[in-house]
Amino acid sequence: MTGSIAYALLLLLVPAGAAAAVLPLEEVAPGLYVHVGPHEDFTPENRGGIANLAFVVGREAVAVIDAGGSPAIGRDWLETVRARTDRPVRWLILTHVHPDHVLGAGAFAEAGAVIVGHERLAEALAARAPAYVANMRQLLGAIFEEPQLPAVGRRVAIGSPLTLDLGDRVLEVAAWPTAHTDTDLTVLDRASGTLLAGDLLFVERLPVVDGSLVGWIDAMSALERIPARRAVPGHGPAAVAWPQALAPQRAYLEGLKQAVRELVRRGTPLSNAVASVPAPTGWQLVEPNHGRNVTAAYVELEWE
Amino acid sequence: MGVTSMKRRPFFALASGLLGALALPTGLVGAAEDSWTTVRAMLFADRAIADGSARMRLEAPARALDAATVPVEIALLPEASSAADPVRRLWLVIDNNPAPVAATFHLYPEAGVGRIETRVRVNAYTPVHAVAETASGTLFAVDRFVKAAGGCSAPALKDKELAMARLGRMKFELLDPFEPGRVLRAKLKIGHPNYTGMQIDQVTRNWIPPDYVTKVDIRLDGKPLLFVEGDISLSEDPTFVFDFLAAKPGTLTAVVEDSSGRRFEERWQIGPTS
Repeated sequence: MTGSIAYALLLLLVPAGAAAAVLPLEEVAPGLYVHVGPHEDFTPENRGGIANLAFVVGREAVAVIDAGGSPAIGRDWLETVRARTDRPVRWLILTHVHPDHVLGAGAFAEAGAVIVGHERLAEALAARAPAYVANMRQLLGAIFEEPQLPAVGRRVAIGSPLTLDLGDRVLEVAAWPTAHTDTDLTVLDRASGTLLAGDLLFVERLPVVDGSLVGWIDAMSALERIPARRAVPGHGPAAVAWPQALAPQRAYLEGLKQAVRELVRRGTPLSNAVASVPAPTGWQLVEPNHGRNVTAAYVELEWE
Repeated sequence: MGVTSMKRRPFFALASGLLGALALPTGLVGAAEDSWTTVRAMLFADRAIADGSARMRLEAPARALDAATVPVEIALLPEASSAADPVRRLWLVIDNNPAPVAATFHLYPEAGVGRIETRVRVNAYTPVHAVAETASGTLFAVDRFVKAAGGCSAPALKDKELAMARLGRMKFELLDPFEPGRVLRAKLKIGHPNYTGMQIDQVTRNWIPPDYVTKVDIRLDGKPLLFVEGDISLSEDPTFVFDFLAAKPGTLTAVVEDSSGRRFEERWQIGPTS
């Protein structure tokens, strides 16, 4: 009851649409801006703003890549884009279903942006959103606001990339088979030679397997052939050298596959498997993500 | 009821409406004590349930790592039952899940099944209960508390198309070398999405009905070994690791039925063929 009153008061004090703040940006190539998310879990302090977010400005329009992890971050992110350019935000590209990338989408939908997603994104969102919203309610506490779930206006099919013309600047949006999740998209900005890799590329922060370990390893072989000179990871620095920046992620995922395959072969129970694969070094937020990856890899590799 | 509860209502109201008789009333989801009280009353009415901590173990991680796959093991200790009054049924209850009864296991004394590991979905911070019933109707229970997984973790399918492609496929493995008369550990993995049904079809805008494994009948040479009644709280690709006794080589069969009326059957040779 007390919580409900506090929440109601908060609604009065901080009405939706309250003055939004401008987030820090790095211009990693002409007209391509990145906001770097911290390597943290969701907290009331970061308001779910933990993923890298980007936008690309063309002669006529802007495409935004990912929306942030809460309505509040989404509003700030839209304000940030508008502070930098007066060209219209025509597209919001969501790189996958995870909440830190999608729950800020409402502000962009209201502003008239068409939401671009993987062909499976709408269904994945419908299945997962109730759990994500419940998680956020718990993790964000008093600052939690009910997010608006985006309606996916342009669905990108695997094998049929979508081109978006921003005016003298064309983005190529590609949908991937199941890897980090079953809804992964990448965006290639040919003008600047930049691959916006979404969470198909983790740098510094431990990769999370929520789709298919084997699928992700396969996807990396195709990813590394994409002609780009730099990449914007879903988590990590604003820009990294491509494809060199894939190496640590590849080493971790390959090692995970070998270790877990061996555990499955030996009949080590799942409940003991997590403790049996040593935590990797050199990454941030290793736990609980490593244990989660071992679990996901175990049930996937059991079918081999 | 305050603002937050009102906002929460539409989703849970719809979801629990779909989940049949064992779904919890809307207002109770998330309230740990009330959930257990409700499930307990539904399953056991006012029968006494003794503390089972000296008779059985329940293993579950303190924190769910992946909300879609939380390993849980129930093990009966030698003190659990006597030859005169053996344990015949086990319930695995995830109190705060929309459908709390994850599985009911029927045991057969001569089959020697005394340890079962499976994987469940965990929606939120929740107590997990294991309840045992002996042939004479005595009940005893143990519980554990499982904290939820992180913000990005959801009790959802990893890859729906792959899950459907594997529908009905079964994999059986003996995890110990066969030895007549010895307790053997085995694993049965069943390809099935075990849909929760709590999602909307984007094309038709209808709620997709749940589609999950309802029955797993495992027999050795035709004699019942383990019979499982399942529900949507079991993870995708329901998997059971269990101990059993094989007096001699034989044929193990598994018959699986799901809520959509499908039936799958497979058989495997246990030990050398004579």
